[in-house]
Amino acid sequence: MLEFRKDLFAAERDDNLNIVGKGAQRQDMPGHVTGRSPFFDDHAFEGLLHLKVVRSPHHHARIRAIDTTAAERAPGVKRILRGADVPLNKNTLLSLINFGKDDEPTLAVSKVSYKGEPVVAIIAETEQQALAARALVRVDYDVLPHVFDVEEALKPGAPVVNETYPNNYFEYHDRYDHSKLRFGDVDRAFATADFIVDDRYQMSPIEHAPTETNGSIAAPEQNDRFVVHSCAQGLFFSLGTAAKILKLESNRLHFIGGTVGGGFGGKVDSLTEPLSILGAMMTGQPVRYVLDREEEMLYGSPRGAERIYIKDGILRDGRIVARRIRSYFDAGAYTRLSSYAAIKCTAHLPGPYTIPNVSADIYVAYTNRCPSTAMRGFGITAVDFALEVHMDKGAEACGMDPMEFRILNAYRDEDMKAHRRVAKNTALIECVQVVAEKAGWPLSDEARRQSSLTGGGGARALIPATPIDDNGRIGRPETRTGPATETLPAGAMRIPMTKQPIMEGSAEARPTPAAVPQYEPYRPTPASMPPAYQPMPAAPPPAMPPTAATAPPPAAAPAPAPAQPTQHGAVRFSSVFGTRRR
Amino acid sequence: MARHRGRGMASVNYPIGMNLGGDPSQALIHSNPDGKFTVALSAIDLGQGMKQVTRQVAAETLGVPMEDVYVDTADSDTGPHDMGSFASRGTHRMGNAVIAAAREARGVLLEAAAEELEVNAGDLVTDGRGNIHVKGAPSRSITVKATAQAAQFKQGKTIAGRGIFLIPLSTVDPQTGELNPNTAFAHACLVADVEVDDETGEVTVLKMASAYELGRAINPKMVEQQLVGGAWMGISHALYETPEPYYPDPSHGPRDFNEYLMPGPGDTAPYSVTILERPAPDGPFGGKGPGEMCANPVLPAIANAVYNAVGVRVNDLPITPEKVLRGIKANGGARPQPRRGGGG
Amino acid sequence: MAKIPVQFRLNGSDRAAFVGPSDNLLTLLRRGLNDFGPKYGCGQGTCGTCTVLVDGDLQLSCLTLAATCEGKHVETVSGMAEGPVLHPLQQAFMDHFAAQCGFCTPGMLTAAKALLAANPNPTRAEVIDGISGNICRCTGYDAIIEAILAAARGGQAKRTY
Ligand code: FES
Ligand code: FES
Repeated sequence: MLEFRKDLFAAERDDNLNIVGKGAQRQDMPGHVTGRSPFFDDHAFEGLLHLKVVRSPHHHARIRAIDTTAAERAPGVKRILRGADVPLNKNTLLSLINFGKDDEPTLAVSKVSYKGEPVVAIIAETEQQALAARALVRVDYDVLPHVFDVEEALKPGAPVVNETYPNNYFEYHDRYDHSKLRFGDVDRAFATADFIVDDRYQMSPIEHAPTETNGSIAAPEQNDRFVVHSCAQGLFFSLGTAAKILKLESNRLHFIGGTVGGGFGGKVDSLTEPLSILGAMMTGQPVRYVLDREEEMLYGSPRGAERIYIKDGILRDGRIVARRIRSYFDAGAYTRLSSYAAIKCTAHLPGPYTIPNVSADIYVAYTNRCPSTAMRGFGITAVDFALEVHMDKGAEACGMDPMEFRILNAYRDEDMKAHRRVAKNTALIECVQVVAEKAGWPLSDEARRQSSLTGGGGARALIPATPIDDNGRIGRPETRTGPATETLPAGAMRIPMTKQPIMEGSAEARPTPAAVPQYEPYRPTPASMPPAYQPMPAAPPPAMPPTAATAPPPAAAPAPAPAQPTQHGAVRFSSVFGTRRR
Repeated sequence: MARHRGRGMASVNYPIGMNLGGDPSQALIHSNPDGKFTVALSAIDLGQGMKQVTRQVAAETLGVPMEDVYVDTADSDTGPHDMGSFASRGTHRMGNAVIAAAREARGVLLEAAAEELEVNAGDLVTDGRGNIHVKGAPSRSITVKATAQAAQFKQGKTIAGRGIFLIPLSTVDPQTGELNPNTAFAHACLVADVEVDDETGEVTVLKMASAYELGRAINPKMVEQQLVGGAWMGISHALYETPEPYYPDPSHGPRDFNEYLMPGPGDTAPYSVTILERPAPDGPFGGKGPGEMCANPVLPAIANAVYNAVGVRVNDLPITPEKVLRGIKANGGARPQPRRGGGG
Repeated sequence: MAKIPVQFRLNGSDRAAFVGPSDNLLTLLRRGLNDFGPKYGCGQGTCGTCTVLVDGDLQLSCLTLAATCEGKHVETVSGMAEGPVLHPLQQAFMDHFAAQCGFCTPGMLTAAKALLAANPNPTRAEVIDGISGNICRCTGYDAIIEAILAAARGGQAKRTY
């Protein structure tokens, strides 16, 4: 049951719209109820061939020899593909935006790093023939020791899962073995806290389980092009990935998709497109490669597991003064999208609360399991589980009602967030209040009076002095803990603000005729700090409260001389992370 | 043996899109000679309703009836580049690209109408029903159809538009994590009522109530689809799903739908949702995008409700009967906590 | 392997094909006869996306040997509408927004049709039972259950495109 609270934030909205805001019928619904919506597999081709892959039975093994002679002679077999047939047999998905190093083969050549890794592809006239021939392929393996636990994988001497990242971690900024967040001095704040709440959380992997499994059909088109019916969640993402792996110009590929039987993140990886296109190139015939349900369940990449440690320092009155988080994303054997999930997670911390001292270390670790990927709630779902169960424990520790505890600590407009940008457009408090009311959950009058629009800013907008460290320098696992190397003064900002486009339509809903939104182009700012943020008063370390009475902010500290990021040419992720494609 | 009721809550926010920016979306719009518009995208509809959301956004911006707009997606020969449908970026990024394209097309449409009516384009408005008229003088009007015909066959104008939306890429400070993430955040709070059987360890979700702040709800029916389906997935994630039940030990994993557990049609719980709309300054008509976060608050709310019911903290997902029973045993029996929020 | 001739009616039309002894009906419908209405979701009888009616009985076409359909009448979602006029169940699914990705919809509709044929006035529990072999990963089922109940109540006007 759905209802609206149009009274809330009404001043920020123009509800006088024609079509936006109306529950109109979906454009695709007639196709869905008649069974005519064209999913990737709903296309007929004359001479359609079927592709199946031979998968590794081991978690980790060196490949000694591959013998396909018997399979080649099997009935109906048209072609067998091996790693050497793949024009560029090493890729990482986010190389399209220059993020990370190529680390994953399309077909394994010298070793397999997870159970289910594709080794050989068989193309035959029928699926049954392809399956029968698959059983005839002989692969000799030398089994290697494996590692399944993220923290074990990061220990010195652990089996090397992924030779591109020989220490089993993704490398951030070419510098650290994890992604860092530092805001204020958590250790000092813990010492002032009345309660410490410390715990460990674990989310197991989760399968996307869309009713339609991953798959694609590729066929030669006229003019030396290939048409590809794909289930991809990002059409050009998949096209770009296939073009790179197959060393084709992008305009030789014609991708058609857009009607997908559920994805939830599980159809971002281009699991089948490169091989079905390669098959079509090699055989000159249409080739269909569809995962069966067991393959989808076991080897269609899952939402990765995450292990999360949280430590909170809480005052007797319920204010959280410090939060430290250490988290491990289990990438499985190859990077795929875990590297970005950790970035999104880091920026999300400490959750929707204003906490004056926050520190986080987010690792992406490689283990000998099926590579994980994006899923609905990318980078956030597991940490939100951990944070909110932890909030429940925090409320219990200081003897507060859990809703009152959330409202007390909730972020509000103009508060400083841990990534050193001011919060805007917040609405957590109102969500809590509305649910409390409808669930009959009693709230104090004071909690009911709170608002996201007021009470923020001021002392809550300060950037505290922050000890920073060099922990986790790449290749020096013994440096994962250590003392601070320097203290960034209060108010320090080192990343230039980028221009954010502002769309009309929030307050001014009707677009002006002929107006095209204007964007200010991104220019690397020579000065690192925008004037609006220039004189930033120093923060008293545990600074905060949502109530009132705070110590007046001390005199403004001069801003530090900032490090200047240099950028060359197009703004690419390589300049963000310093990582290059191989 | 007894069944214990418990109540738990959680509140969350969700950052919309790839939070470093640098993820463009493009759209093209053009008109047939009779004033019917086609929006060409390469965006993907996974079921979330991308086609319908962009159709409503395009029609609203053009100022024409929704039926006069058709969204064609995704064909890489006709739809311009888009990063893809993930990270809840679809409504926000593509919606904005469509607005930009529709504005350009609307500009030409109004110029063509102005030429026919011999007035200034700036004095014209659309009525959303297929007519263009002079502001304050509805009788001085021309249909969108006649305008499109005149534009193409008389004036030689193409009623078309191109749009792109890009939040510029942010750099990240390696030592502090400082960055310029995108600005749109959605919010939610959810209360779950559960019943825990202390003999079997089984958790049953009795009902849930939530409030979601999503910016503008561009199509409330589709918002409801996302939130109801997402809550079901949240229950499923919280209590049932994993391919590695003994993680990090990978053995005993399910291989098919018989072994991979999910709630069936008989396992749903009554769910009431309230929508709040605080428009995002950079969203299409203030829209944010509900698709990804709709399961997130369900997981901790259920975990907290289980604790409230029997005093067992399950910190490892999923919350299987085995884990609940082990917790009850370790505590020497169920320890119901004080009723919360008028609870149960 | 020797092929077997098989003739049957598909959504009211006579069809004939040669099939292998182990070929299933789903593959014959989709790849042999180009009826892409029924979907492949698992091939193991666990998801219901391939649901069809054989002489009015609910069958999972992925587990049905094609050769056994000789002389029978197979109905799929593709034959559900009468020309341009939607079946009341199809209309009810539209009205209740009972599909998101739409991949489970053909099987759901077919299962619902079999249910209503056997039990025109089902209770909510009977509807749940009737679709318990069909998995939906998107909707959370409630809209589907409501749509089927509404169609059974017959309140839905037929609609042409
Ligand atoms: S495909 Fe037949 S039950 Fe899943
Ligand atoms: S609508 Fe997607 S599986 Fe049911």
